[in-house]
Amino acid sequence: MRQIPVTCEQREAMLRALGLSATEELFADVPPAARIDRPLDLPTGLSEMELVGHLRGLTDANAPATELVSFAGAGCYDHYVPAIVDHVLRKPEFFTAYTPYQPEVSQGTLQATYEFQTMICELTGMDVANASMYDGATALAEAAQMACRITGRHALVCAPTVHPEWRRTLLTYAEAGTAEVSRSPATDVATGTMQVLGQEDESRKEDHPSLASVLSDERAAAVLVAQPNFFGNFEDLSLIAELTHEAGALLVVAVNPLLLGVLEPPSAYGADIVVGDGQPLGIPMSFGGPGLGFFACRKEHLRQMPGRLVGRSRDVDGNEAFVLTLSTREQHIRREKATSNICSNQALCSLAAGVYLAAVGSEGLSAIARACIAKAHYLRERLLETGRFGAPWETPFGYEFALIYDGDVVEMRSAMLERGFLAGVCAGEVEGGSFAGIGAEMLESLVLLAVTERRTRAEMDLFAEEVASL
Amino acid sequence: MTERSAQIPSGAPARGPRRLIFETGAPESRCVEPPPLDVPELDLKVRLQGRAKIRHEMPMLPHVTEVEIARHYSHLASMNFGVDTGSYPLGSCTMKYNPRIGEDAARYEGFAGLHPYQPIETVQGALELMCRLAEALGEISGLPGVTLQPAAGAHGELTALMCFRAYHLASGIERRRVLVPDSAHGTNPATVAMCGFEAITLPSDADGGVDLAALDEALDDDVAAIMLTNPNTLGLFERNTLAINEAVHSVGALSYCDGANLNAIMGITRPGDTGFDALHINLHKTFGTPHGGGGPGAGPVCVTEALKPFLPGPIPVHLDDGSFGLAEPARSIGRVRSFFGNFGVLVRAYAYIRGLGGEGLREVSEQAVLSANYLKERLRDAYELPYDRTCMHEFVLSGVRQKREGGVRTLDIAKRLLDYGFHPPTIYFPLIVEEALMIEPTETESLEELDRFAKAMLAIAEEVSTDPALLKAAPFTTPVRRVDEVAAARKPDLRFRREG
Amino acid sequence: MYPSDLKYDKEHEWVRVNGDIATVGISHFAQDQLGEVVYVDLPAPGDSVTLGEPFGEVESVKSVSELYAPVNGEVVKVNESLTDSPEIINEDPYGEGWMIEIEMSEPSEVDVLLSAEEYEVFVTEEE
Repeated sequence: MRQIPVTCEQREAMLRALGLSATEELFADVPPAARIDRPLDLPTGLSEMELVGHLRGLTDANAPATELVSFAGAGCYDHYVPAIVDHVLRKPEFFTAYTPYQPEVSQGTLQATYEFQTMICELTGMDVANASMYDGATALAEAAQMACRITGRHALVCAPTVHPEWRRTLLTYAEAGTAEVSRSPATDVATGTMQVLGQEDESRKEDHPSLASVLSDERAAAVLVAQPNFFGNFEDLSLIAELTHEAGALLVVAVNPLLLGVLEPPSAYGADIVVGDGQPLGIPMSFGGPGLGFFACRKEHLRQMPGRLVGRSRDVDGNEAFVLTLSTREQHIRREKATSNICSNQALCSLAAGVYLAAVGSEGLSAIARACIAKAHYLRERLLETGRFGAPWETPFGYEFALIYDGDVVEMRSAMLERGFLAGVCAGEVEGGSFAGIGAEMLESLVLLAVTERRTRAEMDLFAEEVASL
Repeated sequence: MTERSAQIPSGAPARGPRRLIFETGAPESRCVEPPPLDVPELDLKVRLQGRAKIRHEMPMLPHVTEVEIARHYSHLASMNFGVDTGSYPLGSCTMKYNPRIGEDAARYEGFAGLHPYQPIETVQGALELMCRLAEALGEISGLPGVTLQPAAGAHGELTALMCFRAYHLASGIERRRVLVPDSAHGTNPATVAMCGFEAITLPSDADGGVDLAALDEALDDDVAAIMLTNPNTLGLFERNTLAINEAVHSVGALSYCDGANLNAIMGITRPGDTGFDALHINLHKTFGTPHGGGGPGAGPVCVTEALKPFLPGPIPVHLDDGSFGLAEPARSIGRVRSFFGNFGVLVRAYAYIRGLGGEGLREVSEQAVLSANYLKERLRDAYELPYDRTCMHEFVLSGVRQKREGGVRTLDIAKRLLDYGFHPPTIYFPLIVEEALMIEPTETESLEELDRFAKAMLAIAEEVSTDPALLKAAPFTTPVRRVDEVAAARKPDLRFRREG
Repeated sequence: MYPSDLKYDKEHEWVRVNGDIATVGISHFAQDQLGEVVYVDLPAPGDSVTLGEPFGEVESVKSVSELYAPVNGEVVKVNESLTDSPEIINEDPYGEGWMIEIEMSEPSEVDVLLSAEEYEVFVTEEE
């Protein structure tokens, strides 16, 4: 493949114009000791046709979830993506543009981002949303840092039921810088949610503290919770919000945006910062990335928010025009005092989310969320009926749930794979799966199953039947 | 002669602003509708009781049909300028043309359809791609330890500095300061702060490089690292790289290379061979991923053997039995995000590197550098050239002469370039050059385009003397004209609300 | 440009002294250098300020500048109207654009501040 339009002859002419005779001379500033004196040890280049063959060869060694009957979720979901979404994304004016620093020739990206910000505000009920972060996990970590700036405190309390990879990311960010992650409240094994209040059982109190006891020192900058949590369960957010605010901390809630088509927005129970991963909104799973992190907060905390913001203004002719704004928060102006070092957003993914939400509309989003929930409940019933699965808890859940399998989960998954099913995710396998209070034995047999609108009743019936026959 | 604008009927479709998508369509309009439900419907109110409530107010999302979506976004696209629209010599951003095969490949079902938690035996092709990409980046950088997890350059920077911090802590010494040249990008000091270090600014010398005397003075055993951009933001190769890195190492500090400008040096010099301990690579600049209007990109980090154990995990590995797996580095700092990174971007980068090969990559760098020097030569008389050296893939001009002459600012020159059909260069950066114009033509511009750009810049320099007022009012031909940023910042309007 | 009844510091704040109350704002030169002010972040009444330390920030579209306390003391009054109309700082830096009133803990500190003439010389040198 060659991507250089300058011809050999032109190259010579350009060199002559510089008074040089060889390209080599352009690199005179690179000291000989710094040079590499051999060609790079990389395979020789391929023609486009050969390259396609090579890449197709690699995909042949994959069995994509989208071509199986997949019940895998755990933060990445197999939702249907309307055709129009990718057609918009393929417009070169969108995907070959840079950050919209020149608003006169970037109104497309800017307006689409303003529309995206509006949609995220509508879904979350918050006042302002930024142009997006890398992913849900980093959005959560940045929300924690923001809470520290606002409260002047440095301790972070994270629910043990937040996705383990997100918790690990939060910890990495905190350890690197200026915050500390407090001792985790316990998981209440009976409900698969965070232990919020103290428990009766004295013997568990010490090793498995409640949120209330962790918060009692009033040092926490933020309490971070996922709704629904990693197990698909809904936390008792009203109570958590009350305790959090009583302790003078901010409430950071990570949500699945698709479910906000039917659930009350986090603003209703007093969330201060709302984050999440936008992947369910029209973005392919793509082995976990790229997706987008969304980030919304209250108006009074706007100046402490990380990330880009697009605002609406006017041009000199009085026409409505959009522009990047409030950039004094950002690194290119405030340098070491910036609210974050982030200097990009997942613009193309936020465009996808915007087109997706336009394509489904509020009724559509609600219908999809309801369908996913109904199907997940259906599958759970069917699986319990097989007698091979047990229910660890009866907590209300969305479209993902955990069951206890009565055999070897890994073997079951392999056997089902042979039959064309992706039988969910083994909770204990994710990031070494630790949930403060859930024993290793239980974790080993805990299967996490997600059901999106793409799954049919027939597929679920067959899955239940096959798994029962193992 | 009749004005062209007089020939356009009123009510003709405007190229300018378009109403918001929320103001398009009708309440009953729909694009896609979900299929009928094939399982029993649930009474959600009952099912979720005590834990979650049903929303009583629907979110205000658009109500549009597919054709309205298609037209809306086509119109928005028409107001954008991308690399496919024309030359985009935006310094430090490497706005090259990217082969379309990468776009296709990232969408192959066998890549885009993968779930991150599929059993390892069903994702062998994806892991192989990641392994091969990591090997290639290790070879290009001369730094064998590679993490593909970071989602962007700034994220890579953060990851590298976190590894440095962990490395120092593991040896039992807490070091608090990080040296950052005054020519550095703002992300560098911001990253330093996010890692709990203190940023110390190093002045540049008259040649545009690091001032060695100042470096010598700043170095002590409290210094954790230096962050260098090489080639630097002036587009100059740091001639003293070896000496700088030796001095940094002599006090036990580590040296980080901001790889923003890797497009200049592939196959010429490797950061790992010149004493750097870590480097981040912007796959979206050098390796075939279009910028997407601001992302997604990817910012893999390459490190020395000594730092390898600290990289975020998991790392894709080639196992002895020939298969591919995932491994956690021994003293990993932990993850910096969920899953494995921006895999779709990794596919594009791999396709690019495989398509071009080692020779092709070297040719890219050679041409990028030649084109930049060629343009510099063509423009040096019309504009001030503050650092008159052979440049790498970009160079920095100054508009001081124009400012003195006609009171024309660099911003005005940039806006006028839009009328000539070019995306402007980066302006007012690096900070150490007054009225800076940072120009990076990239290797994918033809000689004809380079000449056209030079001509436009020369014509604008002329206009500075003949009609400075014109420049201050530019642009005239764009979908909207200069935007009131002051009003935007004073009364932030960051979201649409339906009236009433 | 630099009213003679005011005192100035080298960070470009001005001070109007009335008994032990010091009213503080930024000079004409400062607002001109900054360009159009879009936002100002000020302390709350009751906060104490330390001579030479930042007490707030003032922002234009593309820059942020810290505001430095010209004296020690406690903030007793804050110009609330700047929150909604920061442009007043550009329009009337010495009048409506005042920022805070400080009850000085050591009123003699104003004696070391610059006079209008001295400040003008300082500004000319800076330019």
